[in-house]
Amino acid sequence: MSDSPNVRGGDTGATAEAPAFPAEARARLDEIKTHYPQPKAALIPALHLAQEVWGGWLPEEAILAVANEMGLPAAEVSGVVSFYDLFHAEPVGRHRIRVCTNLSCQLRGADEIMEILRDELAVGEDEVTPDGRCSYTHFECLGSCDTAPMMMLDDRYEENLTPERVRQILEELD
Amino acid sequence: MATFEPVLSRNVGHPEVLEVAGYKKRGGYAGLAKALGMEPDAVIEEVKKSGLRGRGGAGFPCGMKWGFIPKQSDMPKYIVCNADESEPGTFKDRVLIEHDPQQLIEGCIIAGWAVGAETTYIYIRGEYTHGARVLEAAIRDAYDNGILGSSVMGKGFRHDMYVHRGAGAYICGEETGLLESLEGKRGQPRVKPPFPAIVGAFGAPTVINNVETLCCVPHILERGADWFKGIGTDERNTGPKLYAISGHVERPGTYELPIGVPFSELLATAGGMLGGAELKAYIPGGASAGLLGPAHIDLPLDFDQVAKAGSMLGSAAVMVMDQSVCLVRAVMRLSKFFAHESCGQCTPCREGTNWMKILLTRLERGEGSSADIRVLGEICEMIAGNSLCALGDAAAGPVRSLVANFSDEIEQHVEAGCCPYEHRRYFTASGASAQPTHSN
Repeated sequence: MSDSPNVRGGDTGATAEAPAFPAEARARLDEIKTHYPQPKAALIPALHLAQEVWGGWLPEEAILAVANEMGLPAAEVSGVVSFYDLFHAEPVGRHRIRVCTNLSCQLRGADEIMEILRDELAVGEDEVTPDGRCSYTHFECLGSCDTAPMMMLDDRYEENLTPERVRQILEELD
Repeated sequence: MATFEPVLSRNVGHPEVLEVAGYKKRGGYAGLAKALGMEPDAVIEEVKKSGLRGRGGAGFPCGMKWGFIPKQSDMPKYIVCNADESEPGTFKDRVLIEHDPQQLIEGCIIAGWAVGAETTYIYIRGEYTHGARVLEAAIRDAYDNGILGSSVMGKGFRHDMYVHRGAGAYICGEETGLLESLEGKRGQPRVKPPFPAIVGAFGAPTVINNVETLCCVPHILERGADWFKGIGTDERNTGPKLYAISGHVERPGTYELPIGVPFSELLATAGGMLGGAELKAYIPGGASAGLLGPAHIDLPLDFDQVAKAGSMLGSAAVMVMDQSVCLVRAVMRLSKFFAHESCGQCTPCREGTNWMKILLTRLERGEGSSADIRVLGEICEMIAGNSLCALGDAAAGPVRSLVANFSDEIEQHVEAGCCPYEHRRYFTASGASAQPTHSN
């Protein structure tokens, strides 16, 4: 992330404007803060919002924006980001696929679903396709073991997968 | 079993219950109405009397937990609903959240009335985006219909409710890890005591209950503790129970049965073994529970009898494996999960889970030795009881059972110098793509 603009250290701080949330996201965050006796509790909701705004991941600019909105040190925000699997500090595809590979899905063919994604997308796990369209990763249990094998496409569950269905889903991605 | 009428899942397939009006038509909010007419202490007594034990995994008596909340407190009190459902194999709470959110709201408000809490946070795992939307819509509708807000059902009791989405961390299902996460921090479990009943969310007395536990509450109030106690195996194992069964069965799914149903009966309800194959092993309570074999086919699945068999009921997530499964590989997958999910705070868990993963990976490939099997067993003993939360103990559960009950199978790997099982392919012919796709 060395090429991120305007965000490193205090030497550029005098001229660079502090990154901020767009007005709509800020309004949502302000409302969310009222849910809690301590506004810091809105940090994880704020990171979800930021990830929506910044295209599915949290570049340094997004971290600084969250830090500003929350009045927290950027290091503390980064520490929270690194703890949770749904927050990404590295670029992801426009569409994000998370394949459940835990035991119940493994018992119904999850490893083969991973193979198909690798073959069809022709990139490795956690890599982004050259056109920026898609990235995929294996994931822990997604709580849908009765529809195994399954995966999460962006924020939607795709269940009872077959190789044909996976190929069809990939074809339909914009 | 044939005469058992579903209680918690009775509204599945009736989408009108997503809204207050439809839920009331099917009998909803009668339990809350009754509770609001009772003294809070009487509500706690009724729940105690019912014998309801927590459905999240630990099986702690619910009424007793409520009773720990101080009567006199200068601080606000909180109800936190644990909807983090992350135990591998578990998908029962999702059914309740998505199909009958008003039932959960009702249970939360009754808990609030019982302990004097004016706010509920529903902490839902971040992956359940649909569930979160369903709950948010149901909560809005509850406000619009005077169920939530400044005067619940016009009785002057205030109750507010918020959905709080997690962000993908198994440890946030542990109650103090959850509280840390709710407060906007890394979800690392706290030192106990103090327990959440005294110092919980935002430093205030807090009740934390699982989704299914809270969904039992309206029915206990409406139909009485004696009715609830009439379901189940004994005084310590009462009420209806959701069993989530997956793996090699014909009809994986969530089935509501009296607690203590024998495994064989649950298996039959799920259509039996997939393709009529032979049972090799099953896990009765999620990834943290030890494996059981065909000798336990008729084991009643309640808290005490599963514990007596050397495993645990946990969240009643039943994972079924047929004879084609390499149990070393299955447990290796679970140990990878625990190594990934250990929060890293306590050394025995952080290091122990990682070493279990390394040893099992080695053994599964046939590169291990008999000494490795002994070390695996020793690691289990070193982790157990030596960290702040139960994750380390949970990680040891399946490993210990593998070493104790299926050591022959591990030895086979050592002797063969490879995994003697063909990695089964479910969709494509064997050999079409021979490389394993990932090693996490």
